[in-house]
Amino acid sequence: MMNADGGTSETLSLDALHASVGVRSGRKHVLSILVENKPGVLTRVAGLFTRRGFNIDTLAVGPTDDDAISRITLTVDGAVHPIDQVTKQLHKLVNVIKIRDLEPGESLARELALFKVNVAGPQRAEVMQICDIFRGKVVDVSKESVIFEVTGTTEKITAFDQMLKPFGLVEMMRTGEIAIARGRDET
Amino acid sequence: MRAVDAIMECLKAEGVEVVFGLPGGANLPTYDAFVDSEIKHILVRHEAGGGHAAEGYAKATGKVGVSFGTSGPGATNLVTPIVDAMMDSVPVVFMTGQIRSDLLGTDGFQEADTIGITMPGVKHSFMVTDAEEIPRTIHEAFYIARSGRPGPVVVDIPVDISRADIDYVPVTEVSLPGYQPNVEGNAKQIRQAAKALAAAKRPVLYVGGGVVLGNASEELRALASSDRFPVTSTLMGLGSFPSEGPQWLGMLGMHGTRTANYSMDQADLICAIGARFDDRITGKLDEFAPNAKFIHIDVDPAEISKNVPAHIPIVGDVKSVLPQLTSEYRALGADSARLDDWLAKIDAWKKEFPLGYSDTDDTEIRPQFMVEAVYQATGGNAIICSDVGQHQMWTAQYYHFPEPRRWINSGGLGTMGFGLPAAMGAKVGCPDQDVVLIAGDGSIQMNMQELAACSQEGIAVKVLIMNNGCLGMVRQWQELFWEKRYSHVDMGDYPDFVKLAEAYGATGIRLTDKTTLVDDIRAAIATPGPVVVDVRVTEEENVYPMISPGMPARDMVG
Repeated sequence: MMNADGGTSETLSLDALHASVGVRSGRKHVLSILVENKPGVLTRVAGLFTRRGFNIDTLAVGPTDDDAISRITLTVDGAVHPIDQVTKQLHKLVNVIKIRDLEPGESLARELALFKVNVAGPQRAEVMQICDIFRGKVVDVSKESVIFEVTGTTEKITAFDQMLKPFGLVEMMRTGEIAIARGRDET
Repeated sequence: MRAVDAIMECLKAEGVEVVFGLPGGANLPTYDAFVDSEIKHILVRHEAGGGHAAEGYAKATGKVGVSFGTSGPGATNLVTPIVDAMMDSVPVVFMTGQIRSDLLGTDGFQEADTIGITMPGVKHSFMVTDAEEIPRTIHEAFYIARSGRPGPVVVDIPVDISRADIDYVPVTEVSLPGYQPNVEGNAKQIRQAAKALAAAKRPVLYVGGGVVLGNASEELRALASSDRFPVTSTLMGLGSFPSEGPQWLGMLGMHGTRTANYSMDQADLICAIGARFDDRITGKLDEFAPNAKFIHIDVDPAEISKNVPAHIPIVGDVKSVLPQLTSEYRALGADSARLDDWLAKIDAWKKEFPLGYSDTDDTEIRPQFMVEAVYQATGGNAIICSDVGQHQMWTAQYYHFPEPRRWINSGGLGTMGFGLPAAMGAKVGCPDQDVVLIAGDGSIQMNMQELAACSQEGIAVKVLIMNNGCLGMVRQWQELFWEKRYSHVDMGDYPDFVKLAEAYGATGIRLTDKTTLVDDIRAAIATPGPVVVDVRVTEEENVYPMISPGMPARDMVG
């Protein structure tokens, strides 16, 4: 029989072998990708997703503390795509230095969103209250409209969006998630 | 030093002997440097010819091929060879000229976004924006092309950059933070694989082009002979194991042997070595090898479990993994008698389902007979190239490749027109060997122009056109799957290949009689210089056996 460490025992039964890779995890994955800061790198990453038929749910790109390196944070639906295949293909890109698939419990993810609502009169107070509950900020006010800023997890932003919809939501913009590992180690 | 002279120095340092290319406005500076360089340049007649020639050179020699083209159409003409090299993991560096930096993005004359157009089909690419970076970039390109899983690398240099002068300092090492190909297999996994092989009662070694690319043919043979493991090969792996003997099952897949496909179907353990479970191998994926567990050895981690989940994945260079696997297996002292029933079953399949075709008692040449005649005429001692189509499959079936790098064809992309330039490149790389191209009458016309380069440079390729007057493989599919509604597959009696060969300065021969075919082919191969032989074969002949598209292997027809 197979040992836990992959086998140091003398004989092996083929029935004991299991293929565990290629399985769909069924959840959202946040990939934090360090890339060389060179022209065309984002195109290579995005093009890879298109070519292999993977969908990007959100995408955020920004500098790191090293000028030569940028960070791409993207979320992929692990219910649709085998996540190990996605990361292995990404690793083949020469400009990709490191990929970390951030476990939900061991990382913090945040997204920023702006909401424009056309609301006046008594309803405005109600919307402001909802904003308070979500710890949002009012960043612009005119006679007919208010703009809110909210940060939080994707789920929180989506919940806020649902709450605002009945009040004349004009438009909404989201940055896509960025994420960082908890604890002392680098992401 | 002129940047272009530094390019030549870099190529020399990389061991480049020959470049296949065509000059134009945007690479004029580079071509000026050829005048005083020792590096040989073969002037092709179309950039695609140059790209495929570099592939043929790389496949025959194992070295990195080099192909040059100018900007715009020069670069777009290279797209097919670039993608072809990607699909078959061929190490080739493509250097393209680009228009002046200050004109980039203005739709300048002969401007094309070479990096953008080629991006999905390269292993990596570089746009050089600083002349001082040229040497390092070239060495990085060669390193990436040849290491790990090999592939094409594009280096695009704007003409003003290549015109500059630089302080040339030879580059002795490259550092790529995001590129560290893993070559050592995990020792525990290798031991596990050895145990699985020892436990298997119906094992098959399924080998692919990775064994050829990794120069691991000897190591494969050692593993196979450590017991009586049956071996089958993909189209790209042919020659890595001798195509004869009790352990050889024949090629597998769509036009593989029944023995090979039935063995895969009934195996309890399949050890995939440098192979990637392409759809032409698996047929209907859900019903592929339903009884088997899989060991998968590949240098590219992304191939493992891409199409078929691996039970024992081993990421590493086959050349280093196979000897470890062999010694681990030998140390287990497995009882070889456990394979008796399996080998008896395989032997029975071989006797019941040999490859074959029906012949008649006249002089008409069956295409399969033609390949057998080429095998007899060469004694298996030639580099055989092919184009893409029926002739390619028949060559794979009926020519018995004894050694690796003797079989050069376009497998993954299936590029018609690959053959002639690839044969040209192979002959340049291996001038002392006979290089024979078995072409189709359709395929050969897609890069026929390179006969001019062959004649001019004295590249003595022997082109045997399997002429059935039609696009045979398409005709076969229309016959089998489209109710014989033949649509645009008839190519008539055009062109006259003998006259065309003569016009190009080559020897032209026409053969129509099978009774003298072996001797006639032998004589054609012995004729000096490039030779074109128009071999007239039966038109309505199909490649069998066959796994119909989307069907499982056990349902082979024909």
